[in-house]
Amino acid sequence: MARLSVTLGLCLLFSCAFAQQPPPPAAGSCAACHGQEGQGTAAFPHLAGLGEAYIRRQLDAFASGERANATMKPVASGLSETQRQAVAAYFSSLKMAPADSASAEPPDGPGRELAVHGRWDQELPACVQCHGPDGRGIGEDFPPLAGQPAGYLEDQLKAWRAGQRPAGPQGLMGHIAERLDADDLKAVAQYFAALPAAPKESGHE
Amino acid sequence: MNKSVLMVVAGCAVLGSAAWLFAMGLTGGPEDYAERYAGQSAPPAQTAGKSAGEAGKAGEAASQPSPAAKDAPAKPAAPVATSAPPRSAIPDNEFGKLVRQGEQIFANPGQFASDWVGNDLSCQNCHFDAGRYDQTASLRSAWPMYPAYRGKNKHVNDFAERLQGCFTYSMNGKAPPRDGEVIQALQAYAFWLAKGMPTGEQPEVRGYPKVADPAEPPSYARGETVFQEHCALCHGDDGQGQKAAGGAPGFPPLWGAGSYNWGAGMHRVNTAAAFIKAAMPLGKPDLTDQQAWDVALFINSHERPQDPRFNGSVKETAERFHQHQGEYGKTVNGQVLGEHSPPSGTVPRSPSP
Repeated sequence: MARLSVTLGLCLLFSCAFAQQPPPPAAGSCAACHGQEGQGTAAFPHLAGLGEAYIRRQLDAFASGERANATMKPVASGLSETQRQAVAAYFSSLKMAPADSASAEPPDGPGRELAVHGRWDQELPACVQCHGPDGRGIGEDFPPLAGQPAGYLEDQLKAWRAGQRPAGPQGLMGHIAERLDADDLKAVAQYFAALPAAPKESGHE
Repeated sequence: MNKSVLMVVAGCAVLGSAAWLFAMGLTGGPEDYAERYAGQSAPPAQTAGKSAGEAGKAGEAASQPSPAAKDAPAKPAAPVATSAPPRSAIPDNEFGKLVRQGEQIFANPGQFASDWVGNDLSCQNCHFDAGRYDQTASLRSAWPMYPAYRGKNKHVNDFAERLQGCFTYSMNGKAPPRDGEVIQALQAYAFWLAKGMPTGEQPEVRGYPKVADPAEPPSYARGETVFQEHCALCHGDDGQGQKAAGGAPGFPPLWGAGSYNWGAGMHRVNTAAAFIKAAMPLGKPDLTDQQAWDVALFINSHERPQDPRFNGSVKETAERFHQHQGEYGKTVNGQVLGEHSPPSGTVPRSPSP
């Protein structure tokens, strides 16, 4: 146990210094769906670069069943607290690969309108106000949406509406999802799915 | 204002509009007017919102037929606007270009008016939805109220000078020249948003909605608790905000060198309390009046950039310019606020790390 803590501590310590740390053994079970580097696959969300606290909170919620997910429940339940923390730290330290420069511009329309401007006659803020101007997230608690699979994003909004996912810090997302209808969910999910998860040219912003 | 006065005013407005429409019918109207509104449709009627009832009443009053209206051309007088025109109505012409530029500046002054901005704030941090949201001092409610006398500088300010004040104080920057691009674009944007607002009439939606006086005098200690429980998630435990991934603007800093200075309206505890009560936390404004006052005091009891009118003495500056509900010059946690302020007017601002 002590040795594991030391190893984990060192991993955390060096995560800034090295572009890539060796994955903790527990991360092996994530790769099949989320990719070796946490880059995601067609239907499964990317984990690379998400906030450590955010990933940890999700793993805990999957394990407890508060975030209802038949696939993730057994996976998360099978991880110890230490392993969950190690997995969260690992994927949080990774970066998404720069987008293919040929990727299409996101569609203009109601999804963009909601994402960029919100709908203030319903006191609905713009998504980008908390998830960043390019949808690449802000800090530990507001995860990136850009480049996540549209189906995944839509399912999350539905889950909040159905009470199958914790409403998040201060209940913010639960409160927001209440004011979105089925068309809104689809449109806004498609908008963020079309945005690049990382800048087109790395280091140039 | 009683009902009969309102009716008379509304009646005059209809009369005036009818006469004007008639004249336009004869002359074809000034070209710039036609250009300005090309493609702009009437805003949709607002069905929700706190001001809808009042605005609706004014609209009904304005649509009462008056004797003169019978003789006017068929086109009816426009009712008082109940919301800003939709973005899609900005015309595709030179005027529209200026309006769009104004909106861009308003939404992201640090990028589009960087020569004049000295902190990490944006106009829309305090005026939501790029100045369109009526609960947070919308632009359409400000435009019709200028020129106006301001106690702050003791003379009549036109809208351009009022905007310059925003840069000097809230943006801790420098006033852009009144005939320059920045002020011209912001004026065009405000003017366009105010379509259908009666000039010189106090709009129902002006400023922030008033917050009731607190039951208890505002408390720094209670405010700190409110801050940590309701604000720190976004603005940080230290109130310094958070940048978005890649360094883009995220959540604004509430005090310190990157925030508004000691001359900005928001440093007043009553103004901040009203804003917070109406709008914070973002999208879920559910604080009690007391919590809003307490946290407003807490936030405004921290150092921020110096008042640009500072004459070298905090005591004198406080006596001369701070006879209001603010903490400048007062002692908090053993330090006199204003004695350790970062400088004002720090432009151009070096990019934050």
